[in-house]
Amino acid sequence: MVEAKIITTPLTDEVIENLRAGDKVLINGWVYTARDAAHKRMLEEYEKTGKLPFDVRGQVIYYVGPTPAKPGQVIGSAGPTTAYRMDKYTPKLLGLGLKGTIGKGWRGPEVKEALKKYKAVYFAAYGGTAALLSKHITKVEMVAYEDLGPEAIRKLYFDNFPVIVANDIYGGDVFEEGQKKYRKLVI
Amino acid sequence: MREIHVNEIIDKVKDLVMDSEYKLPEDFIQAIKIAKEKEESPLGKEILDEILKNAEVAEKEQVAYCQDTGYPVFFVEVGQDVKIVGGSLREAINEGVRRATKEGYLRASLAYDPIFDRKNTGDNTPALIYFDIVPGDKIKIKFAAKGGGSENQSKQAMLKPADGLEGVKKFILQSIANAGPNACPPFTVGVGIGGTFDYSAVLAKKSLFRHIGERHPDLRVAKLEEELIELANQLGVGPLGFGGTTTVVDVKIEIAPCHIASLPVAVNIQCHAARHKEIEI
Repeated sequence: MVEAKIITTPLTDEVIENLRAGDKVLINGWVYTARDAAHKRMLEEYEKTGKLPFDVRGQVIYYVGPTPAKPGQVIGSAGPTTAYRMDKYTPKLLGLGLKGTIGKGWRGPEVKEALKKYKAVYFAAYGGTAALLSKHITKVEMVAYEDLGPEAIRKLYFDNFPVIVANDIYGGDVFEEGQKKYRKLVI
Repeated sequence: MREIHVNEIIDKVKDLVMDSEYKLPEDFIQAIKIAKEKEESPLGKEILDEILKNAEVAEKEQVAYCQDTGYPVFFVEVGQDVKIVGGSLREAINEGVRRATKEGYLRASLAYDPIFDRKNTGDNTPALIYFDIVPGDKIKIKFAAKGGGSENQSKQAMLKPADGLEGVKKFILQSIANAGPNACPPFTVGVGIGGTFDYSAVLAKKSLFRHIGERHPDLRVAKLEEELIELANQLGVGPLGFGGTTTVVDVKIEIAPCHIASLPVAVNIQCHAARHKEIEI
């Protein structure tokens, strides 16, 4: 088994340049959560005020809407949601300095181009393994839009949170490359 | 007439929902174990192992298997000799969902309206409930927690009768390939062929309650199911779409009579959070 690369947020260009599609990575440090509703509101507000609820420069956004924490838990189950739904908003955020996103599934061509252009990476976490992934989250803080409930923007502290580099700055795509190896039927 | 009080229904629905969210069906777990042995991709094998571990942790710690605790969908068969007392059956089912959401720490995952404010309803109600009246004096309640990721990748098509069996196969396989990593494979694929536009989709969803490996009683349909399982696993999608030989663990097909001008087909993709469970009261 290939050893995982360990990285810490915020991410620098140097770290990004060293990541290739297919790499296993363990992420440490603070990341921000946002999914459909938070992205929509965040970018509508940015259009009006020129401000975002947090400084995205160097940061990573995790596309997740966790379940509520049970007593004794830091956070409930917290696996990734499907990333392409955020494609409409992602290039804008990457242009403002966001360095990473974490989700599951394919990204569209406009996001892949923006990753190259702005030097950023899209990581895939193991979808649906939410009870396991929550164990790598050790702190949670509310950041904005609390009224959105599970869709609010929170800060999560990651302890070796496992992901795979899905799309890198060199045009690599782990899903396309992986599936090609095992595809015997083209439909 | 046998009387059933709504309080009994509320309690049983609450337990049904919570149990389903914490523990995947045993037949599905067994299917993943078998798939893990057969999977050719090393990463695919590792992912299937993580899926099994996740199921273990969720059951042991009584926490949601997936953070997307899903849209609550019920198929309720009410015996015609049953009298519901103490209130409305529909409200009792919704109350069960409400209590499961609160007491079971489930995520509120429904929006009041689809295109205006999209405000969260806060308690996973209103559930989607399909009622049927059947002979007997019992109530059968089938529950599915339908996650957004896999529901979003589901497809329906009104094919032409001339498209025939080949057209149907192609549409099903294309739907599976397109769903790819977005919908958390390995999938259980529910297919409805025939009926009307809407009924084909209901059949597809209903078919997912069949046990893994339980073939359709019509041998022609059973053969088609087997063929599609084999072909789907040649698509290369693999566990979570990273490539591999396990794309589906099962394909379940239901058929119904249809109009002489029509060939409706619906494909309901079910992710590995295959939460389906039924009870009888």
